[in-house]
Amino acid sequence: MTGTERTTGPARKQPFELGSGPGRVLVWFYGVFTVAAASRSLVQMILDFDRAPLAYLLSAVAAVVYGFITYSLVRGGEKARRAALVCCAAELAGVLVVGTWTLVEPSAFPDATVWSDFGTGYLLIPVILPVTGMIWLRRAASA
Amino acid sequence: MLDALTVAVAVSALALAAWCGLAASRDQPTKDWHFIGMAVVSVLALAQLVVGIVRLARGERPEQGMTVFIAYLVGAFAAVPAAGFLSLTERTRWGSVTVAAGAVVLAVLEVRLYGIWGG
Repeated sequence: MTGTERTTGPARKQPFELGSGPGRVLVWFYGVFTVAAASRSLVQMILDFDRAPLAYLLSAVAAVVYGFITYSLVRGGEKARRAALVCCAAELAGVLVVGTWTLVEPSAFPDATVWSDFGTGYLLIPVILPVTGMIWLRRAASA
Repeated sequence: MLDALTVAVAVSALALAAWCGLAASRDQPTKDWHFIGMAVVSVLALAQLVVGIVRLARGERPEQGMTVFIAYLVGAFAAVPAAGFLSLTERTRWGSVTVAAGAVVLAVLEVRLYGIWGG
């Protein structure tokens, strides 16, 4: 099922760019968070994995999600847009679940993750980013 | 580490952020002068990277671990140039917003660096 089938005009034929205009700012933030989450989880896993394996694995998962969304934004087109939309939803769910989890049961997390306390350690950007991302991806569809 | 330099990088980064934010609010892309500003901030961040490595070579150790410290030093150096490259191919106001965001990220990294070294 490709999205190009339901396009109406010739302008829709070429894959539209998700990573330009306001999307460029999103590429920047997703890129930064990919690097931040990936390096954080790598360093912690190599240095002392046994201290908080769950937290470090969750950071690694976050890094993969961020990396995929960055890639999708750069790639552009309808398929990438849908994939990124799904990942943004997963990201938001992840932030909310992990954020609540760290507050309800802090003992499960001897060390923080990127998504701990709803991303307070990262200026709440982990919560803001997926919402902004979904708004942009939805608008890009009708553009 | 070297407090004066850390403050200098953070303040110049915030100034760059304000300047590019102004350009964005006027619907302008980044121009030559903005890139000179980015170069100045990047040179300061590079100086900080060198000073940090020299200090480590001398045997001084950051409070929160050497690996984390080096990772933040490299990240601080790369932040503004990376945002600058993104704005080179985005010749709209959004390129300016990207550089402003990059400079803010650098300022936050400086605060973290200060804490990692140990006040």
